[in-house]
Amino acid sequence: MRPLESRVPSGPIEQKWDKHRFEMKLVNPANKRKYTVLVVGSGLAGASAAATLSELGYNVKCFFFHDSPRRAHSIAAQGGINAAKNYRNDGDSIYRLFYDTVKGGDFRSREANVYRLAQVSVEIIDQCVAQGVPFAREYGGLLANRSFGGAQVSRTFYARGQTGQQLLLGAYQQLEKEIGRGGVTVYPRTEMLDLIVVDGQARGIVTRDTVSGRISSHLGDAVVLGTGGYGNVFYLSTNAKGSNATAIWRAHKRGAAFANPCYTQIHPTCIPVSGEYQSKLTLMSESLRNDGRVWVPRQKGDQRRPEQIPENERDYYLERKYPSFGNLAPRDIASRAAKEACDQGLGVGEGGLGVYLDFADAIKRLGEQTIRERYGNLFQMYQRITDENPFVGPMRIYPAVHYTMGGLWVDYNLMSTIPGLHVIGEANFSDHGANRLGASALMQGLADGYFVLPATIGDYLASSKPGRIDTDHPDVRQAETEVTESTSKLLGIKGKRTVDSFHRELGKIMWDHCGMARNAAGLQRALQLIPELRAEFWSNVNVPGSHAELNQALEKAGRVADFLELGELMCADALHREESCGGHFREEYQTGDGEALRNDELFAYAAAWEYCGANQPERMHREPLGFEYVQLAQRSYK
Amino acid sequence: MVEYDAGDIGPDMSFLEMLDVVNERLMERGEVPIAFDHDCREGICGSCSLMINGVAHGPERGTATCQLHMRSFADGDTISVEPWRARAFPIVKDLVVDRGAFDRIIQAGGYITAPTGSARDANTILISKDTVDTAMDAAQCIACGACVAACPNGSASLFTASKITHLSLLPQGQPERYGRALRMVAQMDIEHFGGCTLYGECQEACPKEISIDTITRMNRDFLRATLSQGHGAIARAE
Ligand SMILES: Cc1cc2nc3c(=O)[nH]c(=O)nc-3n(C[C@H](O)[C@H](O)[C@H](O)COP(=O)(O)OP(=O)(O)OC[C@H]3O[C@@H](n4cnc5c(N)ncnc54)[C@H](O)[C@@H]3O)c2cc1C
Ligand code: FES
Repeated sequence: MRPLESRVPSGPIEQKWDKHRFEMKLVNPANKRKYTVLVVGSGLAGASAAATLSELGYNVKCFFFHDSPRRAHSIAAQGGINAAKNYRNDGDSIYRLFYDTVKGGDFRSREANVYRLAQVSVEIIDQCVAQGVPFAREYGGLLANRSFGGAQVSRTFYARGQTGQQLLLGAYQQLEKEIGRGGVTVYPRTEMLDLIVVDGQARGIVTRDTVSGRISSHLGDAVVLGTGGYGNVFYLSTNAKGSNATAIWRAHKRGAAFANPCYTQIHPTCIPVSGEYQSKLTLMSESLRNDGRVWVPRQKGDQRRPEQIPENERDYYLERKYPSFGNLAPRDIASRAAKEACDQGLGVGEGGLGVYLDFADAIKRLGEQTIRERYGNLFQMYQRITDENPFVGPMRIYPAVHYTMGGLWVDYNLMSTIPGLHVIGEANFSDHGANRLGASALMQGLADGYFVLPATIGDYLASSKPGRIDTDHPDVRQAETEVTESTSKLLGIKGKRTVDSFHRELGKIMWDHCGMARNAAGLQRALQLIPELRAEFWSNVNVPGSHAELNQALEKAGRVADFLELGELMCADALHREESCGGHFREEYQTGDGEALRNDELFAYAAAWEYCGANQPERMHREPLGFEYVQLAQRSYK
Repeated sequence: MVEYDAGDIGPDMSFLEMLDVVNERLMERGEVPIAFDHDCREGICGSCSLMINGVAHGPERGTATCQLHMRSFADGDTISVEPWRARAFPIVKDLVVDRGAFDRIIQAGGYITAPTGSARDANTILISKDTVDTAMDAAQCIACGACVAACPNGSASLFTASKITHLSLLPQGQPERYGRALRMVAQMDIEHFGGCTLYGECQEACPKEISIDTITRMNRDFLRATLSQGHGAIARAE
């Protein structure tokens, strides 16, 4: 594997990006169309990148497993997108967004990347408004804002509870415009199953057309992965059912380092699990914590209805423990506090795995109409699922797996350890450290896709000048053959267990041992159980149907096979990191009052893992993290 | 039609979870599961698309298939499940159809030309709250295709009109307004969607409850665009 070189430009942090943009090589406009860029993914990151690269003049091919680019998982994002506009005059600035993000990430991100993200955030809002994204407005016609966790300013822009939808439609429409113009060719219902590396450079991908089953190779001068996060390792998560790790995992096996796989975000406000058959978990947006108050009864096993419990017998534990941030404490902290309350037997609802999120005070203060305007669709969603009306009684919520901060390692140019392979959006590890702040994923996906990658990829193309290759090249043939073989293998096992039964079992191992709280003994146990389960999978899974047709069981099987490998790496990473930081909470490392205890002396680095062959332990490389601008300190939201 | 037995179904299960159970049983017996499109299971991606007892997305108003729960049915019911049926949506397999025609309608003009990097500061464009709220009501469309499936003519008018309404209400959408209406409407015909005779079934089936008022707006823009086509300058100057 190539050594980790972060390529952070020199100079003061405020000037790095501008300086870098000036120093990077450019591709002559007339030459751009001679370069083909393969973009995998059509979510916020992929669609914005594909559209922008095409506008610049590159020849773009865009692949996604959905039937339309507009159905990428980004569509489901609810609450909002951050930007350091300071339209509220409440003390926000680029520097403050940078500071909040580094601190929120518990000092495990790369300062220079985060600063750039905060800088670019401002342009994102301008771009989206120009496209017609209907962000919420004040009566005077100006843009409105709300607050999200981990910030004391109001910098989140939103479109009701459907911000992701509206942002994605903006990017999708820009992409469709470019398709119409002939700059982008799209490949819907097409799944990337391998990366083609020739002479050390990423030169293409092997895909399966999920309708016909046809395996083909696509070649280009650079490959961009915007394939989203891997939270579905846990089976139950807030991610869409199809979200998966296959593209990044197979790239990892071809030489791309995987960074911080154990950093998982557990979101504090989701609808609790209601039964065995449950297929996914539903998020109740963090924005609800602007007006909702979180509490549990003070008395264990209190069977009264919530309305009957008087004020002084309720514990508003977030307000009590974190008075300066209150209900808007960051996600990792709010989730752990909920778990703690439930572990103490104070949980509410079926199985005691729930806490209340109460709007009674807000409804009294602002009126039902205002609350309906702010959160109408979320309240409706809650009522549909639970059959309970949150205008009448409080919601019951519990933490659930939501987002993965880990992902493929990338340098300042968003390039992985394989030259030519760029990774954007949730699929990479950059920017959020060990914990992501709310409304920052949409910001990062669009920063990467609209502004950063289109600038940095030119530098790669201009300086590496990839030559021509064709599909007869032995490395291309080899990759294709391997994909065909592994597909036949899955179909040929004809065992007794369904793919989902393996996935559920893996999810339970991950949740029990690598979830909200982890410890060495549990992780070691998981490291024993996962390889056993994987071995059983490869001898006893039953994938019905054939290869040459739409076969959803086969698609799922390939994804679960990858999760069974990635899950093991997540546990190894969690075991090696003997500290607690952000979403990674090791029970052995906590302060007297139960807060995460970091160890900056030993662990102020990003752990980038190198694949060393099937069933071999992976090798860890360190990218040391320096903190020149934000002083390393124990995070406090008290 | 094939009949499947679905045992052990609880009222809190979603409709798709019921189908998961049916499929899991089939696969346990080594049989091929029923193919259906789904992804977010939160009513926002627009993937799920089932005719349930002859009604697009089933009996609950303003609800996509994935948000429908089994409590809406009685124990022992026989439920008929079919794919969307429309000339413009060829069947791919079982309950899966091809809705690519929708993407091509957007391609024809469902956008505002704003290349990355060209935008001015967002707050220099003022838009009244009412206007943006109405635009947002239309912009909520999830492109599931229920409107087409429910329409006796198989028309895509509600889908197309919701995008035209969203963009034509906003100041940013004005320069391309009439050309957009012309091109998107023309594309509907190319894709073999039927014409709109204002049955209103689309509005009933829409999981986002988008109103057919949007169709009136579309028709107005289209008419204006056709009238001024002879005087091309007008369309361009607006
Ligand atoms: C319920 C929910 C609410 C959220 N709310 C917010 C919020 O309010 N604010 C915020 O900032 N963030 C939010 N997030 C997080 C945010 O939505 C995601 O992190 C972000 O949208 C990811 O975008 P992406 O472009 O990286 O990937 P995605 O949108 O997941 O797109 C992935 C794309 O890759 C394609 N793909 C994947 N694998 C393959 C393959 N092997 N072959 C071919 N194509 C492939 C898919 O088809 C898809 O097009 C939320 C997340 C969830 C789950
Ligand atoms: S599955 Fe996404 S809308 Fe139903």
